[in-house]
Amino acid sequence: MQTPSTETPRLAVKGIRKAYPAVVANDAVSLSVMPGEIHAVLGENGAGKSTLMKLIYGVTHPDAGEIRWEGKLVTIKNPAQAREMGIGMVFQHFSLFETLTVVQNVALALPGKFDLVALAKRIEEVSERYGLPVDPRRLVHALSVGERQRVEIVRCLLSDPRLLILDEPTSVLTPQAVRKLFETLRKLAAEGRSILYISHKLDEIQELCHTATVLRGGKVIGTCKPAEETPATMARMMIGEDLPVCQHGDDSTHGEVRLKLEGLSRVAEDPFGTDLKDINLEVRSGEIVGIAGVSGNGQQELLLAISGEEPGASKRGVQICGVPAGRMHSGRRRGLGMCFVPEDRLGRGAVPRLTLTENTLLTAHRHGMLNHGLIRFKTARRFAEACITRFDVKCGGSESEAKSLSGGNLQKFIVGREIMQNPKVLVLAQPTWGVDVGAASFIRRTLVELRNQGTAILVISEELEELFEIADRIVVIAKGKLSPIKATSQTGVEEIGIWMSGLWPGAEARKKDSHVA
Amino acid sequence: MDQSLFTSILFATVVAGTPLIITALGELVTEKSGVLNLGPEGMMSVGAVAAFAVTHHTGNPWLGILAGMVAGMLMSLLFAFMALTLMANQVASGLALSIFGVGLSAFIGKSYESVALPSIVPMRIPLLADIPYIGPALFQQQALVYFSWILIGLVAWFLYKSKVGLILRAVGESPVSAHEIGHPVILIRYLATLFGGAMAGVGGAFLSVFYTPMWVEGMVAGRGWISLALVVFATWRPMRVMIGAYLFGGAMITQMFVQGSGLKLSIPAQFLSSLPYVATIVVLVLISRNLKTIRLNSPASLGQPFLPDA
Repeated sequence: MQTPSTETPRLAVKGIRKAYPAVVANDAVSLSVMPGEIHAVLGENGAGKSTLMKLIYGVTHPDAGEIRWEGKLVTIKNPAQAREMGIGMVFQHFSLFETLTVVQNVALALPGKFDLVALAKRIEEVSERYGLPVDPRRLVHALSVGERQRVEIVRCLLSDPRLLILDEPTSVLTPQAVRKLFETLRKLAAEGRSILYISHKLDEIQELCHTATVLRGGKVIGTCKPAEETPATMARMMIGEDLPVCQHGDDSTHGEVRLKLEGLSRVAEDPFGTDLKDINLEVRSGEIVGIAGVSGNGQQELLLAISGEEPGASKRGVQICGVPAGRMHSGRRRGLGMCFVPEDRLGRGAVPRLTLTENTLLTAHRHGMLNHGLIRFKTARRFAEACITRFDVKCGGSESEAKSLSGGNLQKFIVGREIMQNPKVLVLAQPTWGVDVGAASFIRRTLVELRNQGTAILVISEELEELFEIADRIVVIAKGKLSPIKATSQTGVEEIGIWMSGLWPGAEARKKDSHVA
Repeated sequence: MDQSLFTSILFATVVAGTPLIITALGELVTEKSGVLNLGPEGMMSVGAVAAFAVTHHTGNPWLGILAGMVAGMLMSLLFAFMALTLMANQVASGLALSIFGVGLSAFIGKSYESVALPSIVPMRIPLLADIPYIGPALFQQQALVYFSWILIGLVAWFLYKSKVGLILRAVGESPVSAHEIGHPVILIRYLATLFGGAMAGVGGAFLSVFYTPMWVEGMVAGRGWISLALVVFATWRPMRVMIGAYLFGGAMITQMFVQGSGLKLSIPAQFLSSLPYVATIVVLVLISRNLKTIRLNSPASLGQPFLPDA
């Protein structure tokens, strides 16, 4: 690892404060980044990392504090000015335009002459130089997430930034793609560019970064050299306490098949969606099956088909507890003992403007909350309150609106609501996405407990570590097809990572326009 | 078909389609930036009455057209202020604008109701106008007809070849991303809305100054709504807007000829009158039912307000 130089810091932030109506997102935050340094900003969701980056990139403005750029005091009014100064940012959710081509997307972010042919050539040069293969002529919607990220990075590099900000860049990548990205980042740092690397993944920070600033609750908790720390010590700084370990338990008690997918195929309704092709899967009582995959490979379509939001054509495509349910709508499927937690929590998992009690009614009304079609509000409220207590949901009580909860707390409530219905089959998409580390570990432990009580659980997740932590068996979805299934103990991150590119034994040769990185 | 009938149907079709093309192209640019302005009917009405009044007082139809354009822009500015600055609901604001514009134009136009403007001599394009059959129909037209053809090319070039057009489409697709990479979303939406207003004003002016050179209350007669529908059914593509506008114009003129020809048909007149609307929609739906082209051309953020992160 190259040691960063010790001249004037490229960027020095001092005493930054930013308050929103409900929360102080940044309070007296200071950090400095040297030329050639890869600097990690570490913290849980809601610790204020993204706010800090938005302040540096000029998307929002600080209430107090100062920003020095290469020694000079500056006020960054907007992203255009930040870019002019030499700051580039790769957003977590990608600020790309799907209906435009790669070269058009890049042109939008660059000042100066509008010459797409010359620009395409420059894109090819830069992508070759840094090992970031992209085809400038393709439409963005046809690109995989990995490719999209490369487009974002290339777009930043074309404006020759001296500071590059990356916001959770690896959350959508396969382990192999992560390694390639790290090579690129090291090359950039060796050229003297500074990198701000935002993440909550400790092992990555240890591998890549020279220094780390740890944020918790909007404040800087400390600065450390990741190479001299262990993931456990950094986790303690980040969370403030030790992380409980998830006890997996043995997987001997496989009972009967509770959820069965048989030859499930369907053409996606969204023209940019992924078609499902001949999906076969069995989930037994007392086991957790994990579906891994890079997002956009058919997870959403599969979830809609299982939940019944879009009933299919074949009765036997989805079977719940032995009943062919392929054509049933979601209400009847729930009646058979299936519960599910959708990926999109505001809008699908909960109605934003309804109270938690009312949101409870939406899925748990089968559990004694109705009296000849009239609502027993007392029972519903008791259920909601029990859920809030048991799952430690931080909110203003059972009568607060769903949208007033933070993402992590709402997720805890939704997962709790489904678990408390004692489902025979539980299907979850991204159960801990956007949830802080402590709560995520709690949700995982609860899932394992539920499995030990005999529930059949299917988890669709993009977080490989999570699947390896809780799943008994693991399967990969790529381009709308399922890989062979493997016991988690008999495979590893490496193998599953390769499978996530669609390359499992017996898979047909990869097409050029594949959906995976 | 004898030559004169064919030529006059073609001639009338082009004339009937022209205000639709101009207005719809303006609305197309507005919608491409993500703003849904349901006000073309009102903006055309106000443009029509303003153009008529100015032409009547100055005797100069070009000043009249200019006045129509300015009036349309002022109307759209009102809408833009409500929808883009005050973040009011775009659908409601646009509908209100239409109702307001129709009423306002009737109020202003009251004193002009019995006035007629001298008809304006068409602009003849030498050589081209001598082509048999189509020459007299296409190249012996009002200047605004030629303007509408140029406008199609200009709008297509602007949207698909120029950088500002690319930025405008990007804003319509994802205002959040456009803001993040540093483009002034609200300003671009304002300009696109003003352009839409200006073109609706010109479209209205064409009606009252050239098409039927007089003022009658409610003379826009739903052409604003048709323009609006044309944009959607043409899946936001300039060439298809032209096809749709002429299709509508042609069907309209043909059924008028049939009704006026004295042919004893056992078809109710109301049915014939509704044909242009049905035919235009059916044809446009058929040529653009490919979901992928719709997804690629429709502005994804249409009608959604953009509130920059403070």
